[in-house]
Amino acid sequence: MIYPIPSGTRDVLPDETREVRAITDTLRGVFERHGYGEVYTPALEYETVLGSRADMAEAQPAYRVFDETGAALVLRSDMTVPIARVVATRYPTAEPPLRFCYFAHCYRGVRPQRGQPRELLQAGIELVGAPAPEGTAEALRVLCAALDATGLKDYRVGLGDASLFPSLMAGLGVPEEQRKGLLEALERRDFVELGHRLAAAGLQGEAAEVLLSLPQRRGGAEVLAGANAQVEEAVTGLRRVRELLEGDVAERIIFDLGLVRSIGYYTGAVFEVYDPALGAPIGGGGRYDELLSRFGRGLPAVGFALGVDRLHIALAGEERGTGALLAQPAGEPSP
Amino acid sequence: MSSATGLTIAVPRGALFKRTVELLTGLGIDTEELRENDRKLLFEEIGVITMRPSDVPTYVEAGAADVGITGKDVLLEQSAHGFGDPAQREVYELLDLGYGRCTMVLASKAGPDPAHEALRRLGVMRVATKYPRIAARHLEETGRQAEIVEVKGSVELAPLTGMVEAIVDLTATGTTLRENNLLVREELMVCTARLIANPVAHKLKATRIDELLERLRERPPASAG
Repeated sequence: MIYPIPSGTRDVLPDETREVRAITDTLRGVFERHGYGEVYTPALEYETVLGSRADMAEAQPAYRVFDETGAALVLRSDMTVPIARVVATRYPTAEPPLRFCYFAHCYRGVRPQRGQPRELLQAGIELVGAPAPEGTAEALRVLCAALDATGLKDYRVGLGDASLFPSLMAGLGVPEEQRKGLLEALERRDFVELGHRLAAAGLQGEAAEVLLSLPQRRGGAEVLAGANAQVEEAVTGLRRVRELLEGDVAERIIFDLGLVRSIGYYTGAVFEVYDPALGAPIGGGGRYDELLSRFGRGLPAVGFALGVDRLHIALAGEERGTGALLAQPAGEPSP
Repeated sequence: MSSATGLTIAVPRGALFKRTVELLTGLGIDTEELRENDRKLLFEEIGVITMRPSDVPTYVEAGAADVGITGKDVLLEQSAHGFGDPAQREVYELLDLGYGRCTMVLASKAGPDPAHEALRRLGVMRVATKYPRIAARHLEETGRQAEIVEVKGSVELAPLTGMVEAIVDLTATGTTLRENNLLVREELMVCTARLIANPVAHKLKATRIDELLERLRERPPASAG
């Protein structure tokens, strides 16, 4: 008799558990060394507290149950919002910055037949009360130290700014009512649709060209050099983060002026981790300077989450010299 | 693996194949074997893998190919609710290649529209299609109740046998529809070939992908077809 488990969930048996445990122990050691204390929070929270907001996109809580009093509970979809709640309620007067790390299962809705996890183990940190650029640089430093410690070799960190494209649209005089549609096209990475929408919005010439080409710019510091005046603030912010980073961390950075994350609470710098052994990002994060104020403690904050299973796959792929992009022509030619 | 582009390209067999091979030839890729051997799937020496068009987004999303070419119809069908739905494949859509131009249409038997009659009297129209998501979305958006019947083969057969009142299908010239006495009632969208990229490759192989894009943009504009 086979007793099924829901698609997107897994039993983890001793051989795999041993490997996963080695990864999480390594990460925990790095996080603790940098002053990030581990927290647990409940997997179930009140829907009214965790919220069910359209801007959470794919991180929107997908599972709801009712408790014995009829109150709606949700299974958490990430750890950033619960930790924001912890900071506001358990540390209402504590002197910032506050540093937390976590290893927690989160729950997401899945699309059928896509191998997406319904339950995923995330490892991450939240740094609360440390503004940009210093806080962002610290988060990136911890991120790279943690990945280095696991033995991952070829990863890169894409760094962009969530405010960049909105500032660009505002600066170039895109009518208010057109902005949402343009941002949606960019979020889907559909540059053909973005071009069509720019034309439909009556934008022509240089403005349309910039709106279409700037978010496709990614690479080294030269990407920042040629950016337009309208995005000066975001670009200066990115440059200042870069200046604070030590050489080995700075070398990992790919500036990406089109980086947007589907979770709506990000306000400033955002980043994603890429490794050639995996076709999808291993994790990511960014600044969420306004989220805490929703819970009554308006502190700037930054954090990241790594998908432990994805990290495991990337490590195994690097070790075997196989994996998504590895079976292909070697990386970028040197300039 | 080495190739003129330094990338692995997912190439669709079928209607888009010929023009795609021409495009690759124009990029300086030696496509002779690709043209002559239609059983081989993996052409490592030129960085090409071949597959049916609907599989292209799957391979590109997984990173098994850095970039790929497929129809907009495929991309739309694989996003559960079309524009704005988060179920879209995690691929970057970089360029409209212009060829493979087709129209997605709703068609029914010539004469008085049987779909109209079914809606009026029975409250629901039956629609056969290979594109159940695109069809469902279109009918939902236009406020009509429909029962979608997914078929894999010749869609034109379904209304002729009375199984359904209408079809949603892709048509290039309309000849097959006309030969089967079917009339285009609505045009949903125009679909062309698109260049898509894996999100990680888009960052880690940025220079090569941008070079490819540049060369594709500079090529002479595609003639119809």
